Amino acid sequence: MQEFFHSVTLDKDKCQGCINCIKRCPTEAIRVRNKKAYIITERCIDCGECIRVCPHHAKKAIFDELSVIDRYEYAIALPAPSLMAQFNNLEDVDIVLNALLKFGFDDVYEVAKAAEIVSAVTRNLMKSGKLTKPVISSACPAVTRLIRVRFPGLIEHVLPLNAPIEVAARLAKKEAVKKTGLPADKIGAVFISPCAAKVTATKMPLGTRKSAVDAVLAVSEIYPKLFPLMKEVANDEPQITSEAGRIGLSWGSSSGESSGLINDNYLAADGIENVIRVLEDLEDEKFQDVDFIELNACNGGCVGGVLNVENPYVAKTKLKRIRKNLPVSMNHVEPDDLDLKDVIIWDTPLEYVPVLKLDDDMMTAMEKMAKIEEITEQLEGLDCGSCGAPSCRALAEDVVRGLASTDDCIFNFKSNIQTLLDDVHKIEEYIPRPFRTGQKENKEDGNHDAD
Amino acid sequence: MNSLKLTYEVDGEDFTRAGEASSNVKKQLRKLGISPEAIRKVAIALYEGEINMVIHADGGNIDVEITPQKINMVLKDHGKGIADIDKAMQEGYSTAPDEVRSLGFGAGMGLPNMKKYSDEMRIESTVGVGTTVYMTVNL
Repeated sequence: MQEFFHSVTLDKDKCQGCINCIKRCPTEAIRVRNKKAYIITERCIDCGECIRVCPHHAKKAIFDELSVIDRYEYAIALPAPSLMAQFNNLEDVDIVLNALLKFGFDDVYEVAKAAEIVSAVTRNLMKSGKLTKPVISSACPAVTRLIRVRFPGLIEHVLPLNAPIEVAARLAKKEAVKKTGLPADKIGAVFISPCAAKVTATKMPLGTRKSAVDAVLAVSEIYPKLFPLMKEVANDEPQITSEAGRIGLSWGSSSGESSGLINDNYLAADGIENVIRVLEDLEDEKFQDVDFIELNACNGGCVGGVLNVENPYVAKTKLKRIRKNLPVSMNHVEPDDLDLKDVIIWDTPLEYVPVLKLDDDMMTAMEKMAKIEEITEQLEGLDCGSCGAPSCRALAEDVVRGLASTDDCIFNFKSNIQTLLDDVHKIEEYIPRPFRTGQKENKEDGNHDAD
Repeated sequence: MNSLKLTYEVDGEDFTRAGEASSNVKKQLRKLGISPEAIRKVAIALYEGEINMVIHADGGNIDVEITPQKINMVLKDHGKGIADIDKAMQEGYSTAPDEVRSLGFGAGMGLPNMKKYSDEMRIESTVGVGTTVYMTVNL
């Protein structure tokens, strides 16, 4: 069994054992057991839906403490494009970049810059005809994980490139080694992340053996610290200036990546339920004549990430305002830049992980499925969630997998009690034979008497 | 256990629901550990069939039988039937009404695609009585 790391975890003290998260999970990965939610790790894709929906804030994402930057001799901040959309009236990205230096980082490498490089490489690859169309973006790690467990037939469509954050970390470290002369392990690449799935992507990356990202901070954690610093640096001469244009910043919201391809024949969907519908349709070949499919698990794209602070749609508008006067792109790539190849192309293929399979043996799997159908038929069909599973069918499947019992169903329990009560009545009405009256005399007995 | 049977009713009234059977079958096949390629073939062939039943026959019934060797699908409707099956099998030939075409359906690729994605296909049809399509995907 593969080891799983998840950035989405549970604060047991806060969890009330309600059923909000089990109902919302797109991969049915959560159950309630012993009054606490429990995540089936191999099914979780770290999309963050449960964090969003939990009324008790018991679901949370793991990320590093702000003090993590002290661990490195030279710490580089990698701000996500969506970070720039969190502030009111921000017109100049440079203010954020310089505030990050003031916060304690030694350098800043914009993820938006790496995003422009990824866009350029994608354009070249699309032109080369080497990719299976429609090409599906691999930038959202929750979507890539979803495809890996649920849409094996679409794996060959997934763009085999590292996401901008990974590319940013690698390029930033290369530059820093050159600039400082320090060994790579003294340099920390610290991502300032809008989402939980990106944390998982750095600990357990897909498409590459090891991530170059050393630590991940949440936008929501650093946001209040940056605010006063931004006021301080606003009037100073900037130490660093932005190296990303409109394409790079646009990656922060849905259809941003697509617009960077300078090809209108794309589809962009956001929100995990919509993403699933698009993937289902694509699997059935309901549409084929698009060149590129951009999918983001969060509503609105990365601006909708659970670690951001601003309303995703307000953030989207802010992002538009900031990028308005920027050049289209500030990063260009030669089609045969070999240095970039190691940085950007996947070194590990994406593989199907059949976590939903009932059994390795097909005959056994078929028997189990028949059993699931049979149990589902017998259940009430209310999908109430009181058993701790998201639906009656999910309970039936858990029963067959040996993880639950049909007695966990409250309706089954009720009918069991009813049977018990009926038995109690029978006992109450029972009269020992010598005391029973009004019964016909036994013929046999009569015969004996005659003898 | 030698086979598993799944049955679905296709509602002829509702276009937006066409595809429910194929997406449900897909989910089940994934749980059985069937190869992605076979799942893809079954899903595409079934979806085309479902759409056909909605467009031409006011719905019908789908029976899917899964065995370790193959997946048999029987799509049965009580629609108007197909007068000339050979012609109906030609790519681009369609009798779909205009309002259906305006929704993007009726390109005349339904039956050809069903044939393409299944390993065996047979059509039985009587005008005025209905059509039954038998499809098999080998595993």
